[in-house]
Amino acid sequence: MALIQQSSPHARGARSTSRVMLWVILATLPGLLAQTLFFGWGNLINVILCVAVALAAESAMLAIRKRPIAFFLKDNTAAVTGLLLGLSLPPLAPWWVSAVAVLSAVILAKQLYGGLGSNPFNPAMVGYALVLVSFPVAMTTNWAQPGLLWESAPSFGDTLSTIFSAQQTAVDAFTGATPLDSYKHQIATHTASEVLKSPIFGDGVAHGWEWVNAAFLVGGLLLLALRIITWHIPLAMLAAISIMSLAFGSDADQYAPLSLHLLAGATMLGAFFIATDPVSAATSHQGKLIYGAGIGILVYLIRTWGNYPDAIAFSVLLMNFAVPFIDHYTPPRTYGHHKARRGIPTRNQG
Amino acid sequence: MSKLWSFTGGIHPPERKELSTGRAIENAGIPEQLILPLQQHIGSPAETIVAVGDKVLKGQPLAAVDGPVGVPVHAPTSGQIEAIIQHPVPHPSGMSDWCILLRPDGEDTWGERHPLEDYRNLDREEVLAAIRNAGIAGMGGAGFPTNIKLRPPRDRKVSTLILNGAECEPYITADDMVMRERAPEIIAGLKVMAWILRPERCVIAIEDNKPQAIASVRAACAGTQIEVMVIPTKYPSGGEKQLVQILTGMEVPHGGIPADIGVMCQNVSTAIAVGRAVFQGEPLISRITTVTGEAVSNPGNFEVLLGTPVSYLLERSALNSNRLNRLVMGGPMMGYTLQGTEIPLIKTSNCIIAATASELPDPEPEQPCIRCGSCAEVCPMDLLPQQMFWHAKAEEFDKAEHLNLFDCIECGACSYVCPSSIPLVQYYRFAKGEIRTQQAEQLKADRARERFEARQARLEREAAEKEAKRKERARAAAEAQARKQAEASAAAAEPADDRAAKAAMVQEALARKKAKADAVATPASTEVADVNALREQLDKARGKLANMQGMLDEARAAGADSVEKLERAVAKNQERVQRAEEALAAAQEAPQPTPEPVAPVQSPPSQEAAQVMPDLAELEAQLDKARDKLATMQGMLDEALANGADNAEKLERAVAKNRQRVERAESALAEARHQLEAQAADQ
Repeated sequence: MALIQQSSPHARGARSTSRVMLWVILATLPGLLAQTLFFGWGNLINVILCVAVALAAESAMLAIRKRPIAFFLKDNTAAVTGLLLGLSLPPLAPWWVSAVAVLSAVILAKQLYGGLGSNPFNPAMVGYALVLVSFPVAMTTNWAQPGLLWESAPSFGDTLSTIFSAQQTAVDAFTGATPLDSYKHQIATHTASEVLKSPIFGDGVAHGWEWVNAAFLVGGLLLLALRIITWHIPLAMLAAISIMSLAFGSDADQYAPLSLHLLAGATMLGAFFIATDPVSAATSHQGKLIYGAGIGILVYLIRTWGNYPDAIAFSVLLMNFAVPFIDHYTPPRTYGHHKARRGIPTRNQG
Repeated sequence: MSKLWSFTGGIHPPERKELSTGRAIENAGIPEQLILPLQQHIGSPAETIVAVGDKVLKGQPLAAVDGPVGVPVHAPTSGQIEAIIQHPVPHPSGMSDWCILLRPDGEDTWGERHPLEDYRNLDREEVLAAIRNAGIAGMGGAGFPTNIKLRPPRDRKVSTLILNGAECEPYITADDMVMRERAPEIIAGLKVMAWILRPERCVIAIEDNKPQAIASVRAACAGTQIEVMVIPTKYPSGGEKQLVQILTGMEVPHGGIPADIGVMCQNVSTAIAVGRAVFQGEPLISRITTVTGEAVSNPGNFEVLLGTPVSYLLERSALNSNRLNRLVMGGPMMGYTLQGTEIPLIKTSNCIIAATASELPDPEPEQPCIRCGSCAEVCPMDLLPQQMFWHAKAEEFDKAEHLNLFDCIECGACSYVCPSSIPLVQYYRFAKGEIRTQQAEQLKADRARERFEARQARLEREAAEKEAKRKERARAAAEAQARKQAEASAAAAEPADDRAAKAAMVQEALARKKAKADAVATPASTEVADVNALREQLDKARGKLANMQGMLDEARAAGADSVEKLERAVAKNQERVQRAEEALAAAQEAPQPTPEPVAPVQSPPSQEAAQVMPDLAELEAQLDKARDKLATMQGMLDEALANGADNAEKLERAVAKNRQRVERAESALAEARHQLEAQAADQ
C-alpha cells in the first residue's frame, strides 16, 4: 500500500489558472460582439490574428527556454494577451502592426522577463504602447467609422483585404479617428454642439462606442461576480477619471465631457480587463485602490493635455512601475497587530 | 443572544461530515496491543515509572512528568508492560519516539480512583492538580496541558470562557457526536472549569451546520447562564484566534494568548475529560475519534483507548485497502499524512481520513503565481500569502518575516484556493523552519563568540598580571640598585669630586676597619653589628639576584644570546645569596655571650697599620668586583648593540657608571696604597 505523503491542506478548491483565464476570455465576448456589430469585422479578425500570433510566439519562446510547451500553453494566458490586443488595437490596423504588438508583448514583455508571473509590465499594453509610438499614423487613423455590421460596415472580404493589403490603400471611406481624438482636436475651433454634430458621436455619447463600453462593463461585472477580480481597481480607476473630469473638465466647450471619457475609447475594457491584470497590478486592497486611482488620473491627464488620443496603455505601464513601491507601503494590518508593517525590512527588525 | 462578529477571509470547502454522522459513537473495544507514546502533549515528555513485565491496572500512571509543562500517561486498560521501545508516533515527519507497549489482559480492571465530588469545597490548586494528574491535555488541537491553561497569568483575569464546538474542518465529526450524545457531561466539565476561572461569561460556540448538536447542548444548558452561540459555518472559524474574534470582536494580540484579552478557549472533549477526572477520578485514557473517508465502508465515530493502533480502527471501519490512497490524521485542511497504519491514536487524534485518489486527488503540478490575490482574499489573518510565498521561494526570509510570516496559522485556506496549485503552506513551513534554524545557529554563533571573547579577555588579563608582576620585580630590582647607588654616593659624599669620593671610600674603609676593631674590643656589639651587616649583605645579594633574574627572564623572552651568560650570573648570585644566608644563620646561631677576646688589646703603633692593611685588601677586592661587573656589563652591552636591543642605551649608561666606579675604586686603591706607603715611611 503506497500511501501519498503530502503536506496539508489535502483538500483543494476547483479553481485553476487556465479556468480563470477562460472566464476572462468568455467575459470579453460581449464586448467583442458589440465591437463587431457596431464597427464591422475588423476586431474579430484582429482577435483571431493576435491570438494565433500570441500562441505561436509563446510556443516558440517556451521551446527556446526549454519549458514544457503544452503545460504552459494550457494556462491560456498567452491567448488572453493576444485577445486583449485584438480588442484594443484599431479594427482596421494593418496585420503587421498587430503582429509587432503581439510579438513584443509575448516575447519582450513576458517571456524575456521569465514568463508567466514574472513580468513587471502588462504585456498587452507594452505591445500596444510600442506600436502606438512606432506607427502613430496606422494606430490613430484606422479606427473604423461606426457602421452597423448588417448595414454600412465594410464586408468581411473588404476588411480582410484592408488589414492584409501590402500597402495602405485609401480606406478613408470607412476609417478615421476615435471620438475622443476628434473631439479633442475639434473643440479647439468649434463649440461642443458643433463638434457633437459629427456622425461619429451619433445620438448618444459616441455612436457604437457606448455599446462597446457597456458590453465590456457587463463582462467586467461577470468577473466581479465570479470573484476573479475585485472591485478595487476598476472602481478606483473609474472614480478617478470621473473626479478629474468633474474637477478640471466640466466645461464641454473646452474639454471632452465625462460621458465621453467613460463610454468612448477603451475605458471599460481598460478598467475591468487590462488594469486588473493581476501579475502587474498591486496586491493589497489599499494598494489596488491607489493603483487604480493612479491609472484613472493618468488616463485623464494624458487624454486631456497629452498628445495621444487614448491613454490606457501609458497609464497602466506608468502605474506598473509604481507597483513594487505601492506594495511595500500598503500591506494590510495583520490580525493581532496594532498597525500594518509598512516599508522594506531593515536589519534591526526581527 | 449576544452579538456575533466576523473574521476576514475564510473558505467554504465541501464539508463531507455526513459520511461519519450516520451512527452513534461506538466503543472500539480493546486491541491486542496498545502503543502509548510518552509525549502526547506540548512540553517535556513523560518518564516511565513502570518496568517491563509489570502488571498494571486500568488508570494506573505509567509515566510521569517532573517539569512544570507536561502531564502523565496512564494505562488505558489493565495488562502487562511488554516493552518500552522506539516506535513510530503520530507526527508529520513520521518519526519514532519512546512508547510503552501494553499487552491488555482483557479484564479491564480499574485501579484506584479518587473522585473529587465535592470539588467546590476544595482549594483550586487541588482541583488543578487532579486535572494534571489525570493527564489531560487539550484535545482539540496542539495538546497543551489543560491544568496550565486553566491557570492564566495572575494579572490576566479570564472574563469569557469559550468552549469550542465549532469543528470547522471538513470530515471531522468527533466533537459534533460528543455534543449530540454527551452534552450533560460537557456542561459538568465546563462548570468545573468555570469554577476554577470564575469568568463573567461562559459560551459554547457551535457552527450552524450541526443542528442536532446545537439542540442537544441547548437542552443541557437549560437553566444555566451558559450561552450557546451558533456561528456561521466558515473555515477556519474553529481556529482559536478566529473564534475569539467571532464571539468577542477582539483580536488576540500578536505574540500573545487569549488570556491577554480576558478570553480562554477550551475544547468540548477536554471539558468531558475534566469532568471525568473530577467526578469519577478517571484519568484521560480514551477519546472519541472519527474514522472516515471513502476508503472505509463503515465510517463513524469510535470511543477508542489511547494507544490503539490506526490499523485496528481501520479494520473496525472496514477499510478497503485497494482504494486507500492517502491516510490523513486530523482534518483535510490541517491534518498530516501517515506513512503506515501501525501508529497509535493519542490524546489529540480527533480524526482519521482514509481517502481515495478521487476524493483527495494528488496535487496538480505547481504553476507560476499570477498574483491573483485569491489567497489574500481568504486569509483569516489578513496576511499577503502571495508575497510571503514569493519571498519564501526566493529565500528572502527577512522579507517574509517582515510580512508577518509567523502570524500564519497554517490553516491552508490560501493553498485551497490557489489557482496555480501552489502548496503555499508548505512554503511557509519551510521558511519558518529555515528562519528558526538560522536563529538557532545565530544563537549558537553568538554564544561561541562570547565564549571566545571571554577566553581572549582572560588570556589578556593573565598576560597583564604576569607583566605587572614582572614590572614589580624589575621595580624592586631597580630600587635595590638605587639603594646601592645611594650608599655608594653616600660613601662618596661629593660624587663629582673624585678625590673626595676616594677619600670618603677610604674613610669608610677606615671606619669599617675601626668598627671591626671596636668589635674586637666590644664583642657583644660587634656581634649585633655583624648580624646586621650580614643581613644587609643578604638583602643586597637578594636584590641583585632578583635583578639578574628579571634580566634573565627578559633575555629569555627576547630569545637573546646572553641567556647563558645571565644564567651563569644568576647561578653565581644565587650561590652568593645562599652563602650570605648561611653566614647570617651562622652569625645568628653563634652564642650570644661571646667569649672574651683572647687578645683584646693590640699595640697602638701597629694599630694604624693594621687598620690600613686590611683596608687595602678590601679595596682591592672591591676593585676586582667592580671590574668583574664592568666586564659583564660590557659583554651584555656589546651583545645588545649587536642585536639592536632596546635596552642598549640603559646598558650603556650602566656600563659608564660601572666604569666610573671601577676608576674610582682604582684611584681609591692607589690612594690607599699611597697613604700606606706614606705611613710606612713615617714609621
